[in-house]
Amino acid sequence: MSSLRSITLATLTKDIRLEWRSRDAINSMLFFSLLVVVIFSFSFDPNAEESREIAGGLIWVAFLFAAIVALNQTWARELRNQVLDAYRVSPAPANALFIAKALGNFILVSLLEALMAPLFMIFYNLRALGPAWQLIPVAILGTWALVVNGTFFAAMSLRTRSREIMLPLLLFPISIPAVQSMVEATRIILSGDGSARFWIVLLLTYDVVFTTACLGLFETILQAE
Amino acid sequence: MTDAQTTQIVVTSLIKQFGRFAALRGVDAEFSGGKFYVILGDNGAGKTTLLRAMAGLAHPTRGTISILGKTPQEACRELGYMAHPSLLYDEMSGMENLRYFARLYGITGDDRCAQAIRSVRLDPDLTRPVGQYSQGMRQRMSLARAVLHDPQILLLDEPFSNVDVNSAREMVALLKHMRDAGKTVFVVTHQASLLEGVADEFIWMQAGQIVNRTPQLVSPSAEAQ
Repeated sequence: MSSLRSITLATLTKDIRLEWRSRDAINSMLFFSLLVVVIFSFSFDPNAEESREIAGGLIWVAFLFAAIVALNQTWARELRNQVLDAYRVSPAPANALFIAKALGNFILVSLLEALMAPLFMIFYNLRALGPAWQLIPVAILGTWALVVNGTFFAAMSLRTRSREIMLPLLLFPISIPAVQSMVEATRIILSGDGSARFWIVLLLTYDVVFTTACLGLFETILQAE
Repeated sequence: MTDAQTTQIVVTSLIKQFGRFAALRGVDAEFSGGKFYVILGDNGAGKTTLLRAMAGLAHPTRGTISILGKTPQEACRELGYMAHPSLLYDEMSGMENLRYFARLYGITGDDRCAQAIRSVRLDPDLTRPVGQYSQGMRQRMSLARAVLHDPQILLLDEPFSNVDVNSAREMVALLKHMRDAGKTVFVVTHQASLLEGVADEFIWMQAGQIVNRTPQLVSPSAEAQ
């Protein structure tokens, strides 16, 4: 257990250091999200009521697409110089690598959300009519849902020739229940129209099920040739 | 016969297929400890596949590999693997790389990393990222990574490729020193002449099979004459 924790921490620290030095993922994600916000705000001119109805979908779809950039980058780094083989020949547990990668992506996407959420609020003139604090668990659980599956499927498509295309093809269909939960919960909280409790519980269940499944299957994926 | 010279590795009827292509076609061999083996053969002869199978990176289609009575995965602490690519992160310094890989083996502190870097005659205080190293320095740092956890068996794939003659000779001297210290060394190379007088055995591979094992550097065709 201590080895799992220390290797997870070492891998996470290493990934953050590499991202800090290259800024490959965060820059692309930021520009992409910024473009989505600006282009959509120019394309539509919704009133406050309409904004509350569509913002949930817009925000989460933008973050989902932006997350793909980070997810692809995560494993691309391990392919350069075949560094992943150095991990595979070591006694380090496979799940330490998976958890570190998922946490790294979670931090990156959360950072992006923290930077972009105020912009969304300004551009779409948003103000929550429901309990705004509920947006925090929705963001945490939703982001985890995206990155845990994304990290897993990015690893799965690692050895395919067109992995940039493969990842969305694998990830988007399986993320539909999570995305629907995030969008519905966000819409309800913003419009104050009922309770988002059901969608938050659904999101939590989704996270537990898929995190367990990914942890159970990751070693097979890592050792696949 | 000393302990070091008892049989350490037993390869039995090893077959490795990639789709329809058989990279290894029934390899049977035994290797003693404390010896220096050089694996030779044309491109596609199966040298790298044999080495990767011994490292636990290529799973046998049929047959077994026993290393110190264990599977390669179980014996991973006793194996040091160096591939043709560096297996290092280009954006980090040599010390940062080794510090990370040390954690995968449960090694804490910088002493062992510094010692490994010095053993390949590089400076542990060099802050330059590995991506800016010369090819010779990168190969030596890659060797430092392979020996970091003080493995009993070294599996080295093309350690002298793209390295100038002087650096290659320095690496040969290092490897000889390691063999003299009781390590078992396997080197896959096309530059066998560098290892003449150093290696204990030359293993010739052809079409996925071991066709000859000689104590001197004599090609199988020359021996037949």
